[in-house]
Amino acid sequence: MLYSMLIAPFAEFEFMRRALAGVVALALGGGPIGVFLMLRRMSLMGDAMAHAILPGAAIGFLISGVNLMAMTVGGLTAGFAVALAAGLVARVTELKEDASLAAFYLVSLAVGVTIVSLRGSNIDLLHVLFGNVLALDDATLMVIAFNATVSLVTLSFIYRPLVLECVDPLFLRSVSRAGAPAHLAFLALVVINLVNGFHALGTLLAVGLMILPAGIARFWARDISRMIAIAVASAIVAGYAGLVLSFHSRVPSGPAIILMTAVIYVGSVLFGPVGGLVRKMFPGRHLEA
Amino acid sequence: MTAQLQFRNLTLGYDRHPAVHHLSGVIEQGALIAVVGPNGAGKSTMFRGIVGMLAPLSGSIGRGASAAARDIAYLPQTAEIDRSFPICVFDFVATGLWRRTGLFGGIGARARDDIMRALGAVGLTGFESRAIGTLSGGQMQRMLFARLVLQDARVIVLDEPFNAIDAKTCADLVELVHRWHGEGRTVLAALHDLDLVRRHFPQTLLLARQVVAWGATPEVMTPENLMAARHMSEAFDDHAAACAADEAA
Repeated sequence: MLYSMLIAPFAEFEFMRRALAGVVALALGGGPIGVFLMLRRMSLMGDAMAHAILPGAAIGFLISGVNLMAMTVGGLTAGFAVALAAGLVARVTELKEDASLAAFYLVSLAVGVTIVSLRGSNIDLLHVLFGNVLALDDATLMVIAFNATVSLVTLSFIYRPLVLECVDPLFLRSVSRAGAPAHLAFLALVVINLVNGFHALGTLLAVGLMILPAGIARFWARDISRMIAIAVASAIVAGYAGLVLSFHSRVPSGPAIILMTAVIYVGSVLFGPVGGLVRKMFPGRHLEA
Repeated sequence: MTAQLQFRNLTLGYDRHPAVHHLSGVIEQGALIAVVGPNGAGKSTMFRGIVGMLAPLSGSIGRGASAAARDIAYLPQTAEIDRSFPICVFDFVATGLWRRTGLFGGIGARARDDIMRALGAVGLTGFESRAIGTLSGGQMQRMLFARLVLQDARVIVLDEPFNAIDAKTCADLVELVHRWHGEGRTVLAALHDLDLVRRHFPQTLLLARQVVAWGATPEVMTPENLMAARHMSEAFDDHAAACAADEAA
């Protein structure tokens, strides 16, 4: 019974195994990025970036239909362009990063939807907006795994300046020039992971497996390395649970995965030991001084 | 005595408006100098120039050995520290070893000892695994001093390091400053507590957008000088003409 519910789908169907592998790769790549987005108060920026990818992917689609390489390259290009432009505008002018991103991504989203509806069918539009993790072919899976690997390796290079830029930017500036390059590299990683999520979960939910697990982690850990581990683990668990849910019900896979993440998130908000609601309402007697 | 820092007709400011101008003088190696002046006198601006965060509008700063901008340990006045960031005291202080570790260098047993010793020196032994957000104001300042200890710089610049901390913390940290002085390090500190300056700092630079007096503390801290410093204007003149002293110099 339990076996047929939880394991059989993956044992019997290759597309489920692929989907699971894809989700694990997404979690490994995106989890840490999500934690940094949250700590830099850029959670919504991730969402904005996800929209910014759309016109690039859409142009790829316009040129060569539902084609992996074209859409990936297009998405990366558009994402990088917007991230760099917004980052530069924020660093060079007085406009803060959020405001400058909002300007860029609104334009991109409008352009993207226009392009897709110019040529595509509704199915295509659905694919672009919500992805399809159950239809990952070998090539897509390779791209996702590759991007996740690049993301993790790059993050290890910029980890220290990134942490320092969050916690004490002035000090980082006084000891090193790594701040600005690390910041730009980080934006690039956000884009890479969003393009990854885009293939599996679509434009609208791509950011879900990055941001929600980070939010979950905040309720369970007080230091950043543990938060990253928890974010990745909860993304993997939610991905697996979402796939199982989707297999046994008629819920589409992308939303199912995000819904499972949301379930864990709500549980964490309520019962998490670090600032969870229950803990706040019943803190227990205070300790001796 | 050799010069650690030399100001040559240095003018620093923002948007062409000078905050400090026509600063000339030499800071000797191993000097312990208090920088005194009213708010807006340009103390922080001068420090930003010294640590290379602000390029001079005119003039220059000559730098002796181990006084390159990045070799100077700098404690800014309003640290932009995100105290909600999930990092523990040990890790935070460990960032003082940046020059030794860089992006990848590990924190070995020796570095670990150094960090524990630095924490001990500021009286924070036992706080290693506390999140920085749980520290009080005074403990926070002690932690920042521990990081300065680890930076092991020959020149240390402190911008109002003893503001809003209690007497005990202040006394402990002043003692640390004396220790640095004893080790031959050059220390500059912006201060408002004139008593503290008289008791602990042999030299004083009295600043009010330009040098009012600079030298041995008792000679600088006269009522006349302090009064003169107080009268210097703080505000930018939006319609200021180009400074004539530039042509004269």
